[in-house]
Amino acid sequence: MSTKQEWLKKTYSGGKERPVRFSTISDLEVEPLYTPEDVDGDGYEASLGYPGEYPYTRGVYESMYRGRLWTMRQFAGFGLAEDTNARFRFLLSQGQDGLSTAFDMPTLMGYDADHERAMGEVGREGVSVSSVHDMARLFDQIPVGKVSTSMTVNCSASVLLATYLVVAERQGVPWSQVSGTIQNDMLKEFIAQKEWICPPAPSLRIVTDMIEFCAKKAPRFHPVSISGYHIREAGSTALQELAFTIADGLCYVQDAVDRGLDVDDFAPHLSFFWDLHSDFLEEVAKLRAGRRMWARLMKQRFGAKNPRSLMLRTHAQTAGVSLTAQQPINNVVRVALQALAGVMGGVQSMHTNSMDETLALPTEQAVMVALRTQQIIAEETGVTNTIDPLGGSYAIEALTDRMEHGAMEYIRKIDEMGGMLKAIDKGYPQREIAEAAFTYQRQLEQGIKTVVGVNKYTIPEEIPIELLKIDAAIEERQIQRVRKMKRDRNGVVLKEALRRVSEACRSGENLMEPICEAVRREATVGEISDIFRTEFGVYKDPGWI
Amino acid sequence: MADKRLRILVAKPGLDGHDRGAKIIARALRDGGFEVIYTGLHQTPEMIAEAAVQEDVDAVGLSILSGAHMTLFPEVIRLLKDKGAGDVAVFGGGIIPEEDAKKLRSLGVKEIFTPGASTEDIVKWVRENVQPRE
Repeated sequence: MSTKQEWLKKTYSGGKERPVRFSTISDLEVEPLYTPEDVDGDGYEASLGYPGEYPYTRGVYESMYRGRLWTMRQFAGFGLAEDTNARFRFLLSQGQDGLSTAFDMPTLMGYDADHERAMGEVGREGVSVSSVHDMARLFDQIPVGKVSTSMTVNCSASVLLATYLVVAERQGVPWSQVSGTIQNDMLKEFIAQKEWICPPAPSLRIVTDMIEFCAKKAPRFHPVSISGYHIREAGSTALQELAFTIADGLCYVQDAVDRGLDVDDFAPHLSFFWDLHSDFLEEVAKLRAGRRMWARLMKQRFGAKNPRSLMLRTHAQTAGVSLTAQQPINNVVRVALQALAGVMGGVQSMHTNSMDETLALPTEQAVMVALRTQQIIAEETGVTNTIDPLGGSYAIEALTDRMEHGAMEYIRKIDEMGGMLKAIDKGYPQREIAEAAFTYQRQLEQGIKTVVGVNKYTIPEEIPIELLKIDAAIEERQIQRVRKMKRDRNGVVLKEALRRVSEACRSGENLMEPICEAVRREATVGEISDIFRTEFGVYKDPGWI
Repeated sequence: MADKRLRILVAKPGLDGHDRGAKIIARALRDGGFEVIYTGLHQTPEMIAEAAVQEDVDAVGLSILSGAHMTLFPEVIRLLKDKGAGDVAVFGGGIIPEEDAKKLRSLGVKEIFTPGASTEDIVKWVRENVQPRE
């Protein structure tokens, strides 16, 4: 019997290979064949184990999709609150089981609709929410005690969470029954998505306030969704996505532990969010490696004992950046394959992109195809019948090991810099990502990497597809609504509530209760964000290229 | 006459943080031999026009992915004119439907690049279409 090296030398002839670079989309070189020799020799129990058992490589739950399918959660939001409310109710009627809210840029950046910086952007990329009244309209006739809601918002997340909790109060639902996830991952904002108000240190403090608050007051709400998605979309490799995301997670846990919280009191409430890109095996390996790394790090570094503290539970979204404006119907196929990787990788919830999202917000029909894609994978392909069906594949296990080793190398570098906050100050992850993005763009232009319909198999005519248009009159209506609300409220109680928020900023007291009270008194997203601007200062983009 | 190196301001207006394209273009233009100034994110039209005048640039490249292009491009052009810099070439890129691109060209935007444009196309366009200002 020959070894792999002998087989490569004697039998396998490289001369017969196509003249292409055999590498993942992230440019990791791939060998022609993987064998038992390529897999870490730690043994089955130590490196894989059983689903629902440490180190969770094969899945966080013992029965995985045989017990319960993943949550199909389509991200939606545009226009006025009532427009998005209608889309939410449509999605729920189509069999979707969780909501996911997209806010517009002014809301995401902590500006009210009537602020001059909101000009032209109100309701355009998401729904405009300036106050508790908008949030109440958004969830009109939707029982917030029964539906789990995800909110994609970061630097103004504390205000939006408070606003949602106040809406729950008004619907008669106690905070203890409110479930959902708020993205609230500020570290990746400085690294990749670039939505911020104040500098990294106070931003981290607000996140930790929310982790503490949710653990004590709203235990069914995930206070942070540690996100690789935006890191990848900004141009990172799969390995960098894995490494920087896990490093961000370690930074949050360390900060909460430093504050005196018991790791097992809050870690079970942390969740993750990965990108699902086009390189199928690499993505499955990334998801599996992430689970194993998190379990090992939480146990070894923080001494976590509760098994739920060790489990990396995750949402995932197909890669927006992989969608093409050219021949856009091809995107349906990309999304299906990416989603399949997510399922093979064992995600807990998923958003599938719509084919038209590179051009505009999706139409209802495009969203339906995207949701149906998940339902087809779940109920027609049979891949949900067995747990971690790719586990044990030499190629998958070798790639999972490589992902873990490579990411741990990055984490060691970041530790040496003094942790992620310091690394961000130095611009380290930002530069690594910009470099990777530039390299990939060059590879596309040189034809080393292929995107069908963009640099290969192009056609002169674009296939026209119907696009969603956002009515420009929405902005004016929302501005008038916010102005009227500001005129009609009780200015005296409002002022006192805002003063309490400022005071908490200075004293270090947990900000969430004062923010909830300000929201009850009709303080707006912009007004509370202005307090952060005054008390903590404003962060400016260093503009590294 | 010695060739003066063209100075290009790459600017990112709007509230969104999608700077992947802007950074790639800035780097490609720099590699293409131009002097490049990148504004960083979250710029207002006023900040961009002011930077264009201060930095004495020959062209401004705007990267817009938020859907607010119909508001932001014309505003930058208007402010440049107000500041006596109406001859600065304005071009841009982003997810911009063809009907909007047509309108923007008629309003004085010199060129609009959409998804799929290569960095080489953009560098070549700048080389052939941007003149040093007097």
